[in-house]
Amino acid sequence: MLAYIIRRVGQSALVLLIVGLVAFSMFRFVGDPIDNMLGQERTVEDIERLRAQLGLDQPFVVQYYKFLEGAVQGNFGVSYRQGRPVAEILLERAPATLELAMVSGVLAILFGIALGVFTAIRRDGVFANVIMSASLIGVSLPTFLIGILLIYLFSVELGWLPSFGRGETVDLGGWSTGFLTESGLKALILPSITLGLYQMTLIMRLVRSEMLEVLRQDYIRFARARGLRDRAVNFRHALKNTMVPVITVIGLQLGAIIAFAIITETVFQWPGVGLLFINAIQFVDIPVMAAYLMLISVMFVGINLLVDILYFFIDPRLRADRSGGH
Amino acid sequence: MSDFPIPVKPKSRLRIALDSDLFYTFRRSPVAMVSAVVVLVLVLSAVLAPLIAPTNPFNPASLNLMNGFTPPMTPNAFTGESFFMGTDDQGRDVFSTILYGMRISLFVGVAAVFFAMVLGITLGLISGYVGGWTETIIMRTADVQLTFPSILVAMLIFGIAKGVTPVEYRDQMAIWVLILAIGLSDWVQFARVVRGATLVEKNKEYVQAARLIGRTPGAIMLRHILPNVLSPVLVIATISLALAIIAEATLSFLGVGAPPTQPSLGTLIRIGQGFLFSGEWWILLFPAVTLLALALSVNLLGDWLRDALNPRLR
Repeated sequence: MLAYIIRRVGQSALVLLIVGLVAFSMFRFVGDPIDNMLGQERTVEDIERLRAQLGLDQPFVVQYYKFLEGAVQGNFGVSYRQGRPVAEILLERAPATLELAMVSGVLAILFGIALGVFTAIRRDGVFANVIMSASLIGVSLPTFLIGILLIYLFSVELGWLPSFGRGETVDLGGWSTGFLTESGLKALILPSITLGLYQMTLIMRLVRSEMLEVLRQDYIRFARARGLRDRAVNFRHALKNTMVPVITVIGLQLGAIIAFAIITETVFQWPGVGLLFINAIQFVDIPVMAAYLMLISVMFVGINLLVDILYFFIDPRLRADRSGGH
Repeated sequence: MSDFPIPVKPKSRLRIALDSDLFYTFRRSPVAMVSAVVVLVLVLSAVLAPLIAPTNPFNPASLNLMNGFTPPMTPNAFTGESFFMGTDDQGRDVFSTILYGMRISLFVGVAAVFFAMVLGITLGLISGYVGGWTETIIMRTADVQLTFPSILVAMLIFGIAKGVTPVEYRDQMAIWVLILAIGLSDWVQFARVVRGATLVEKNKEYVQAARLIGRTPGAIMLRHILPNVLSPVLVIATISLALAIIAEATLSFLGVGAPPTQPSLGTLIRIGQGFLFSGEWWILLFPAVTLLALALSVNLLGDWLRDALNPRLR
């Protein structure tokens, strides 16, 4: 098991090194950084000086090493567009995205599991069938159209909820939170539904099919024969055993939520990291793009690794299977 | 064995197609038939846009600013002209912009999937047939790429490609960059499936026979293995097409795709969103519904094809 974990950590580190190489190459070769930093009036000496100062006269490998060293310390250079350190901008924007992702994640998990269990238990119920059909639409509607639809319903027609921005935020020592004001909470509702809906349907369908599979097993029939209550059978016996694949998917979807936040944030003009990234692409702000790439890869690779390792602790069967080879 | 072949009237190709199992399941599935009709109508109207569209929305001479914001099916207060789906802020006929927009959406979608398919099949064949280090490198790259959502990969590629193209060509190149970005973000599935099938096929006797008579590896891969691994590829291609159309619309909606000078359905929705609050709903609604109809019917068609060609893939 230890060997497996070590190998997985090694693979993850390799992936991060490669992503770092991509990010660094973007820095180095897409557009000339010197061009971007010096204005029209520049002399050859200026260029030489800046080149030496930025270390661009050194060998490629040395530059790459320095880039990684900086990235590890949270130094991603200066944004071409805003003229401020990228790390500073990212830190400023991070709370908005994290709060949004957290709320949508919680919504998706709670409703996803609850609806999944419900539709599995009442397999032939009318309401369960309505939910299943609705979820099909939820999967095939593109995220941005869901956002627009919600804005149209709740902001334009009903006028209940704001259609853009975070509302008022409270600054808690560098972390600006929208949880503490009424307008902040109201502003969270539509974006978090938009962002969480896809993940919710995914979790729901997965829980449903896993539950149906488990409910067919002998031990469930035996539990019922023992006269246990429905609630105990459904939740203690059945739901518990569906959790391994569900936790995997939830783990992997966590990263996806942050990535898909790009779309939701653009629809709702939510001042988070995703909107920053889209603007960076529009204006070819390479340092911001590279930093976002690095950050999101660390997250994705980290989550993947964690999920893989978690398997061993959640499901004892895997430990027995895998200890031999693989 | 008789030397005289029994005279049978050769079946026409159409007859063969109509008698096939595939067509039989097609006729048995109302969903597939409806989707096929919708796809056919949409594709035809996109291809024939210059003939069908009442106006050419990209010819400034045909536009009249006085026609701006005409609601659908109502005569304009100033000019008295009436438009099937209304007009946008510049007096462009929404119906015509949708027809032309669908051309861009479909072109980008089809070209991107084709690109992904060719790339994926090539790499899949090579890694399955050659094996060794080549395989390790190709499939590891695929694994790494698969950890990231493909829309994110497409955005990054779009951003990098935009950075590399000189400023004055960026709008012209946007469509091609989009195809490259979506195609590169989508090859992995093709490569995986083709590699898996190749691994099975390459040990079969016909491949050994081909090797024995001295055919080159390239010829064996292309002429012998490829035809036998194509049917799952067809299914993936159809489903990929729906995803590519949505990916293109998403990117264009976010403003990192088709430029306003060559609007796709996504760009039109982006433009329409600006008029959501002022009550001009038709500028947004019609492109959105068209996109949905297109993506959904291609998707359903793909689902049907998957079940029809290989029930085990379910």
